[in-house]
Amino acid sequence: MILKVLKYSFHDLNRSRWSAVYLLFYLALGSGLLFLNNDLSRAVVTLLNVVIVLTPLIGTVLGITWFNNASEFTELLLAQPIRRTTIILGQYLGLSLALSFSLVVGLGLPFLAYGLIRSTAIFEFLLLLGVGVLLSFIFVGLAFAIALTHENRVKGFGYAILAWLFFAVLYDGLFLIALVSFSEYPLERFALIATFGNPIDLSRILILLKLDISALMGYTGAVFARFFGTPLGMTLSLTALLAWCALPLLHITWKLRRKDF
Amino acid sequence: MPSGALSAVVRCLHSSAWLLACACLLLPVHQAGAAQIRIDAPGGPAAVAEAIARAAPGDEILVPPRIFHEHDLLIDKPLTLTGSPGATIDGDNEGAILTIRADGVTVRGLTLRNVGVSYTKEHAAILLHRARHFRIENNRLENVFFGVHVEKSHHGLIADNDISSQAREEAYAGNGIHMWHCSNIEVRGNTLSGLRDGIYLEFVDDSLIHGNRSHDNLRYGLHFMFSNRDTYQHNEFTRNGAGVAVMFSRDLRMIENRFTHNWGSASYGLLLKEIYDAEVTGNRFEQNTIGINIDSATRIRYIGNVFHRNGWAVKVLGATYSNTFTENDFLANAFDLAYAGHLNDNRFSGNYWSAYSGYDLDRDGIGDVPFRPVKLFAYVVNRTPEALVLLRSLFIDLLNFSEKVSPVFTPDNLVDPQPRMRPLHD
Repeated sequence: MILKVLKYSFHDLNRSRWSAVYLLFYLALGSGLLFLNNDLSRAVVTLLNVVIVLTPLIGTVLGITWFNNASEFTELLLAQPIRRTTIILGQYLGLSLALSFSLVVGLGLPFLAYGLIRSTAIFEFLLLLGVGVLLSFIFVGLAFAIALTHENRVKGFGYAILAWLFFAVLYDGLFLIALVSFSEYPLERFALIATFGNPIDLSRILILLKLDISALMGYTGAVFARFFGTPLGMTLSLTALLAWCALPLLHITWKLRRKDF
Repeated sequence: MPSGALSAVVRCLHSSAWLLACACLLLPVHQAGAAQIRIDAPGGPAAVAEAIARAAPGDEILVPPRIFHEHDLLIDKPLTLTGSPGATIDGDNEGAILTIRADGVTVRGLTLRNVGVSYTKEHAAILLHRARHFRIENNRLENVFFGVHVEKSHHGLIADNDISSQAREEAYAGNGIHMWHCSNIEVRGNTLSGLRDGIYLEFVDDSLIHGNRSHDNLRYGLHFMFSNRDTYQHNEFTRNGAGVAVMFSRDLRMIENRFTHNWGSASYGLLLKEIYDAEVTGNRFEQNTIGINIDSATRIRYIGNVFHRNGWAVKVLGATYSNTFTENDFLANAFDLAYAGHLNDNRFSGNYWSAYSGYDLDRDGIGDVPFRPVKLFAYVVNRTPEALVLLRSLFIDLLNFSEKVSPVFTPDNLVDPQPRMRPLHD
């Protein structure tokens, strides 16, 4: 059943041209970047900036608007003998998969055309795509959770944008203020834990350390590289990202159990 | 003016006369003793030590292609030691191999290996002590403690040697070419790897170091201490603890060298510490943690260098005066410049900065808006290194942008007033 809802949402999004526009955007970005600069690893660094800011934003905005637009259909479905969680999770998966598909195909095609397979940057690129996909899932989930919590659509939209703004910008601001004001203390452990508190930061650090920026960071860098460089650190941070995916879902199922439609 | 010219002519004549006198002195010696001594020839010596003992000043000793197990050999007269391909002296890790205490000695084509490691003595494959006019050429020095160790010697050549070791810790590793209180030495075309410092100079003046490759050394590729009027050019420094360290020296010329992959948490391509009057021209700094680390340097000219994909292209730590950066290319560095302290009278002008986003309405190749090479984030990272974890985050980009629009924290006179629109080199 969940697959059916998933398929429906996936196709609905494709019909609405949103994912097509999104796909075309990534296609243009990928090929434009590689056209201007043939260096694949440089392009990965530039893409990093785009992917970690844009995939959460698109995930949040599309998540909340699509959920609100589909509310009538959702109510119709709810009248049928289908579990609530099945419907909402199906929609969630459909939307996230559609966005991830656009990302992977949109960036994957130009990079494949420019000889990704033979390049040394292939691992970094795959990591970037993986992180982008995870971020899509996380932020679509967040948007759904917010939409379910707030009946008022405008309010819900506002909160969703605020959530994105918090993770993309404000969090780092607070982070920086904390680092600067406590600079007399050893901060490596704090910095390490603080990155886990924000999926965007965690993704950014994961990729930057693979691009060997760790040497710039002196002692902190060594601590980070030792942590993220080991299989354990890598597994732990991917687990953390998956946990970030699960968190909104837990909230959604909890909300659905007690919500009165 | 005429008297000046006259004295120049006199000086010239004087020096050529001196050269002629030298040649006359040397010539008879060579002619008289041009004998060749073949080791392993019938009736000849069977070991290098024996050959050296038998030789008269000016003789040439030919070492055949086999392995000699000898160490602590002393040459105290002008000799030429020539190895056939494969001629090897193995020190069996017992002390030094060859000690030279005479002028006019040549060592060429030999393989010297397994020099003993010592915590109290600087054992070397070849030690030169108070020697003039020496030539160390085309030798292979393997598994050495110190490679070529030169003390209080002058007018020598060290060329085309391959010096290597497997140093693991600085405390019991030696340098490839170690010179102390020397002058007029030419070090050319050597390859140095796996040592503490590739080439080390202490109190070495008027020397030329060119065309060497120094890679994978524990500490520095090349290290100057208290050495003046030296030039190094066309060398390559790759994957060393740090590329080149220049300390407490003056009048140095650093020309067209390559500094690459000196990458690590305390690593850099070139370190300048307490340096006066130097020239850094046409070098290429690629993928170093820090391209040039400047700690107290005065009157240095940086012209036509390329900084590509370094963490920091240039890091200025302070007490730096009258440094000028012109016609350099700063390409895709994480930070182009980190700067501590006052600008003083240092100057940046006419460089290309890939981070520059200005325009050129009059199309003269020079941007119409000045470029500020210090980003606010670089300033923050200087004070709180941990903040680097935020590199490339959106917040930092916004921060840098707002600082660019209205500078508050970064020194507002630290600008390149004439940034170029195109790179000068490829």
